[in-house]
Amino acid sequence: MPYSDELDIRITDSCLRDGSHAKGHQFDEQMVRSVVSGLDSAGVPVIEVTHGDGLGGSSFNYGFSHTDERTLIAAAVEEAKRAKIAALMLPGLGTKDDITAAADLGVSVIRIATHCTEADISIQHFGLARELGLETVGFLMMAHSQAPDVLAGQARIMVDAGCECVYVVDSAGAMILDEVTSRVQALVDEIGSHAQVGFHGHENLALGVANSIHAIRAGATQIDGSTRRFGAGAGNTPCEALAAVCAKLGIRTGIDVLRLFDVAEEIVRPVMDGECALDRMSLIMGYAGVYSSFLRHAFRAAERYGVSGADILLECGERRLVGGQEDEIIDIAVGLANASK
Amino acid sequence: MTKATAAIVGSGNIGTDLMFKLLRSDAIELRTVVGIDPDSEGLRLARANGVQAVAEGVDWLLASDDPPQIVFEATSAYAHVRNAPRYREAGIRAVDLTPAARGPFVIPVVNLAEHLDEMNVNMVTCGGQATIPMVHAVARTVPVPYAEIVATVASRSAGPGTRANIDEFTRTTAAAVEVLGGAARGKAIIILNPAEPSLIMRDTIFCQIPDDADHEAIEASIIDIADQVQQYVPGYRLRQRPQFDPAADGRPARVVIFIEVEGAGDYLPPYSGNLDIMTAAATKVGEGIARHITAAVAAGAPADAANGAR
Repeated sequence: MPYSDELDIRITDSCLRDGSHAKGHQFDEQMVRSVVSGLDSAGVPVIEVTHGDGLGGSSFNYGFSHTDERTLIAAAVEEAKRAKIAALMLPGLGTKDDITAAADLGVSVIRIATHCTEADISIQHFGLARELGLETVGFLMMAHSQAPDVLAGQARIMVDAGCECVYVVDSAGAMILDEVTSRVQALVDEIGSHAQVGFHGHENLALGVANSIHAIRAGATQIDGSTRRFGAGAGNTPCEALAAVCAKLGIRTGIDVLRLFDVAEEIVRPVMDGECALDRMSLIMGYAGVYSSFLRHAFRAAERYGVSGADILLECGERRLVGGQEDEIIDIAVGLANASK
Repeated sequence: MTKATAAIVGSGNIGTDLMFKLLRSDAIELRTVVGIDPDSEGLRLARANGVQAVAEGVDWLLASDDPPQIVFEATSAYAHVRNAPRYREAGIRAVDLTPAARGPFVIPVVNLAEHLDEMNVNMVTCGGQATIPMVHAVARTVPVPYAEIVATVASRSAGPGTRANIDEFTRTTAAAVEVLGGAARGKAIIILNPAEPSLIMRDTIFCQIPDDADHEAIEASIIDIADQVQQYVPGYRLRQRPQFDPAADGRPARVVIFIEVEGAGDYLPPYSGNLDIMTAAATKVGEGIARHITAAVAAGAPADAANGAR
């Protein structure tokens, strides 16, 4: 079943949210305005703007925002002519007050994320979001770590709470082709008659676009990407490549492919500190199943304590850390430094 | 020595773990556990340990001829909001383990002595009991403009109440980081991790400190407070030495403190340090109030006055 009469799938660009990780949360208002305006001109239907760790994420643990995310969201809402503006929130970090504030700023899509076994902490938040008239999306993060039937059960909890689309979120960029198919398929079977299914991919094993196509073929109708891969780890599924591949496959996205190539090159790339690279650290995250936003934190802790960033990330995988446990990275680095004395 | 009499209201996991701790107390005589299901595990264990087990709820307790001097509320915030005025009217002191926050926050190592005359005290949250002593340790040494705590607990030890009201955890803990911890501004984050075997509760405390802060004095204060908490929560430990980072890239100077809390395993499994620290701290607070009451009685005050104004 297509997303709508006009679109087979709806793409959400996350470079102003997931890209916040790669940017060390240093977006300013002008950057947000230029990127939103560019993506909007290329017909990207939804643009997510929030601190990388969601509403209220500005902190010691995740990094302080250069500019208050509420200022950035307001600028994005003002700039977007056609696109909807989305915001992310994680229960346990953000609160219902953040959702209300985002709605007041003109956000129309709220995306509520939990670790993929903890969906029941989001019930109140979905309830409030629906009361506020927001479109609701649920994120089951680190979805590679659980079997399809477990994910489907968690998706059911979100849908019962008022979620209109549940995403299989490959936070670690660790999922491989058929693993995407089986998980998306399980969610479609469980919630397909009431809600949509989405997929959020990362590039840590260079499979963002391929995994997204698998998700679409399994019935996903909402797909995330970040133009120029601007996101955590090796970056997200590149929107411009995804849109191009979809065009070739006859999947309607509503995106002007050539225009998005220009936006990626001329507008998004200049905002980035560097390309999101498929380097050793990113590969380890995909290979060991580590939450992508740990990359910059591991890099900094490795420098600060004179230990190997790769070893830090491997230990993160060993400890089975979930999203949000950036504090453990310091603990691991101190431990490695003590062990090498 | 004379003991103060007490009841636990709520026969779930927390109430049952608390029962085992109170049974060892030399200041409190636990007489009754009140529940609502006669067949519950909690009431069965109460009977098995020689404690009166009542399944008729709080009404029974309040109608009793000989009500306890102290009640420990281990039900829900919703229930405690209803029960609190009734305890007060009956002259019963309440130690509230729910997030209802009807009375002042109490963390034993920080402010127990200030609230011994209160009719109702609130135990904040598990994350608050674990982390606020550390914020206090820093803030009693140097000014702390901002403190942030991250509490990570095993999925298995986060019950339905916590899950349904996770915003209450973050809000209440953040408020207490300010009020009790002494930070000008507080923030709290809770993370649930489903890894098996379940991980022991871990907390990280970030405090903003002045650029020229005396690191040795801060570390000594942290170690001192950690030792004091350890006296009532034996599984409370610093995982690393505190880490000091100078201001950089728009981030202020900070100290980062890492702790873990292993439960005593009285009833709940040892990884549930988050629940153990609540029941251990509530025991400590209850004992403080109990000694205060019995001392007042011994000094000749009428029992009713010692037990609070009616």
